[in-house]
Amino acid sequence: MKPFAYLRAASVAEAVRESAARPGARFLGGGTNLVDLMKLGVESPGLLIDVSRLPLDRVTDTADGGLRIGATVRNSDLAAHPAVRTRYPALSQALLAGASGQLRNTATTGGNLLQRTRCPYFQDTSKPCNKREPGSGCPAREGAHRDLAVIGHSTECVATHPSDMAVALAALDAVVLLYGPDGERTVAVTEFHRLPGDDPSADTVIRPDEMITEVVLPPLPEGTVSLYRKARDRASFAFALASVAAVLRVREGRIEHAALAFGGLAHRPWRARTAEEALRGAPAGDAVYLSAVDAELAAARPLRDNAFKVTLARHLAVDALAALTTRA
Amino acid sequence: MTGVARYAAERNLPGCLYAWPVPATVPRGRVAAIRTADALALPGVHAVLTHENAPRTREPDDPILAVLQNDRVPHRGWQVALVVADTLEGARAGAEALDITYETAAHDAVLTADHDGLYTPETANGGYPAVRERGDVDRAFAAAPVQVDATYTIGPLHNHPMEPHATTALWSQDGRLTLYDSSQGATKVRDSLATVFGLRPDQVTVVSQHVGGGFGSKGTPRPQAVLAAMAALHTGRPVELAMPRRHMAAVVGHRAPTVQRVRLGASSDGTLTSVAHEISTHTSTVKEFVEQAAVPARVMYGSAHSRTVHRVAALDVPSPSWMRAPGEAPGMYALESAMDELASALGLDPVELRLRNDPAAEPDSGKPFSSRNLAACLRDGAARFGWNDRDPRPAVRREGPLLLGTGVAAATYPVYAAASHASAHAAPDGSYRIAVNATDIGTGARTVLAQIAAHVLETPVENVTVDIGDSDLPDAPLAGGSSGTASWGWSVHKAATALVERLGESSGPLPAAGVTVTADTTDETAEESPHARHAFGAHFAEVAVDSRTGEVRVRRMLGVFAAGHILNSRTGRSQFIGGMTMGLGMALTESSSLDPVFGDFTESDLASYHVPACADVTGLEAYWIDEDDPHLNPMGSKGIGEIGIVGAAAALGNAFHHATGVRLRTLPLAPDRVLSALR
Repeated sequence: MKPFAYLRAASVAEAVRESAARPGARFLGGGTNLVDLMKLGVESPGLLIDVSRLPLDRVTDTADGGLRIGATVRNSDLAAHPAVRTRYPALSQALLAGASGQLRNTATTGGNLLQRTRCPYFQDTSKPCNKREPGSGCPAREGAHRDLAVIGHSTECVATHPSDMAVALAALDAVVLLYGPDGERTVAVTEFHRLPGDDPSADTVIRPDEMITEVVLPPLPEGTVSLYRKARDRASFAFALASVAAVLRVREGRIEHAALAFGGLAHRPWRARTAEEALRGAPAGDAVYLSAVDAELAAARPLRDNAFKVTLARHLAVDALAALTTRA
Repeated sequence: MTGVARYAAERNLPGCLYAWPVPATVPRGRVAAIRTADALALPGVHAVLTHENAPRTREPDDPILAVLQNDRVPHRGWQVALVVADTLEGARAGAEALDITYETAAHDAVLTADHDGLYTPETANGGYPAVRERGDVDRAFAAAPVQVDATYTIGPLHNHPMEPHATTALWSQDGRLTLYDSSQGATKVRDSLATVFGLRPDQVTVVSQHVGGGFGSKGTPRPQAVLAAMAALHTGRPVELAMPRRHMAAVVGHRAPTVQRVRLGASSDGTLTSVAHEISTHTSTVKEFVEQAAVPARVMYGSAHSRTVHRVAALDVPSPSWMRAPGEAPGMYALESAMDELASALGLDPVELRLRNDPAAEPDSGKPFSSRNLAACLRDGAARFGWNDRDPRPAVRREGPLLLGTGVAAATYPVYAAASHASAHAAPDGSYRIAVNATDIGTGARTVLAQIAAHVLETPVENVTVDIGDSDLPDAPLAGGSSGTASWGWSVHKAATALVERLGESSGPLPAAGVTVTADTTDETAEESPHARHAFGAHFAEVAVDSRTGEVRVRRMLGVFAAGHILNSRTGRSQFIGGMTMGLGMALTESSSLDPVFGDFTESDLASYHVPACADVTGLEAYWIDEDDPHLNPMGSKGIGEIGIVGAAAALGNAFHHATGVRLRTLPLAPDRVLSALR
């Protein structure tokens, strides 16, 4: 038996203080991934600090027309929120494309960002995994990697980040608010998750004892449209083979703003800056979209069994941009 | 739903201990040493069983039950120890505290069509001869004006019932063993466990009152039953062992992969002149199990020349076993896909091609069919589905990025029935009680058995109580081979008939104890039938293939089945739809991949092993043609538990071809494969 203590935090400050006092503590949100990992033996915290009842369950407008999302807002509630559905449809669609109804009812905004890869080797403690056990090796590179990364991976790790929500947040330029022993700080969602490099053990830049308190969406200028597209092995309840969140503003046939983020391709939501650069100011149209997306995906280094993901991502992105163009 | 049904791991017996099995972490070799001291030192850990201290057992009828008897590791996941503790968590902690070292040997877990280890066995699963040959296939094929020569590949698949395999075991002071076991057949488990522990069958009771699915994986006793009994014997306490989901893939069987070459030769009018179906598959080094995938080709279509061959290689993999329609499910995928390819080559409607080759007698045996309504299923299904207006041209229907297509395939499944015992009791209050050790694995066995009895007894069904799921009840065969209702129902029918006769012999009130009669169908079921007896069916399917994402989704699927007299339309439809759903999974979503490095299955949970979700299963319809077949059993029924999966994958694959113009001969039709094929 691996005993662990359980504490229901009364405040963010208390949660962070208790975490700092107990190395190896974990914040518990919906538990939809953490508890699974505890059952698998991948996580074995000595203390679970339940933050799911902290007063972080509100979605509120910001003064500048953006949206402030508490860390414990449940995925279902966020997806259904009228402001999200009308102003940030990509986010609502991404949330609804994830997991199952039951899981979305439980999973939190903060927890969703912090979920771990579903790489089969990471989840199996009888096998090597550099993310779980640094230096032990990465069997996925030669083994089962059909679902794993095609871009931004390293010799140490080819894991993908599994979140749908984070992909939409990345394209929407959301910012994560963190509260830790040294106070509050903000990190762009695009900078929140890391690439594996030579240290795949860290998924994100979150510091020990830091806690996600909010996610802030900046306002979108008038005329901006967004959507989320996901391809998967079955019609529901499957992780993305590839997905894309696209945000677009076109005026008089020219692209004023384009943001593109891919899911299922990399260790983090893959914000397609190269593609966006090519799109900015260019005439809206399929040929432009295709060449911009291809410029981005030129950096892909697929493995033996996952080259299809590059094709899939290309199709999803070009089609998403084209679909948005007709609405813009 | 009330939640009061008790499953095997929900007995809450006083003093019960909990067991956690320990799977081998090497693909082949032997256990060099197991240090148990740290585990035993943990609070609450009562025992660690290993091959060094586990009770010695007799040779089992199934080698997979010889657990903890020696140091050999035949495949990754083979159980090498069992930790028993006060709590499940304690047992698991004990398992993690074990220090096991292995001597490893080179292993080979990957089946290929030309694997060096392939050999021709004597028989395939079900006792069918591995090889059957009529006429001169090679010459007939070479001479055929129209030929199809295609190879189809299906990877391993898993049954993954909702309820994991689980057993609670306890021994009485006088050496009797009781098992609460999640099983498809408690009589079989009783007999096997009696053999393993050197007991008489009457010293063992196996209770399988409620079972949360099995799909064949609980058709034979599984190691957890032996392990739980060993642990209970060793500790003198009841022991509960519920298999962790992630351990299941290695020890509860799987559908073996198949590589199937089908060669069809036909004359230009579509008459088949030669059928050759040759399959390669794998088994483990523990036992020989040969998926009988070429057997349905001996039943389906007439042709003067035929060859059906099974070859198998024993690899360092978990032991395969039964999964819903073993043989027929993979075999009919290949045969019915090849028939579709032949129809394309001939420029003939695939329904018409099947009608032209519908034989009057079973091709392999020459026996007349007791009833064969494949043609009626095809015609009825075609009419219901709207097949007859179909434009046969492939790849001409588009909705934006979606390519639409329809496909058809036939289904078949043999009629089996085994000897069964039952008793029928009339109580003085006018009620009746039927006892038979049947198992309800979610099919509604209690309901249909009560119906059969009520019909004979000419009493309302509410007036009949049915006791099943306990090996102390009259012996009965397992819920498998789509034979449960036929086997159990036959004995129930016979017992009820005898009871009616007995009651007719005397007048006046019944004695206080009531009247009980028993029945045994050993003689009836052993009779060799002069007829070939099979159920048939036809699947029609429409798919939408997203040419941009490679996603294949089913728009509608319609099955028509001819399976004797359908005894209960609600539970019957449920079986057909359930089988079709599983066929949809086989075609589109389900896949277990063998990791060549580690020698185990990569997908070991229900997040990664993709059974169809509700959103995948829309527009499914099942119909049937009620047959009046006097050559079956007193109910006139054929089995319906499996035929729904048979042919379903072929219909979907054929629809995929119609949608895209591309033949994909490897399942599942998942986005990676589809995108590569459409490029």
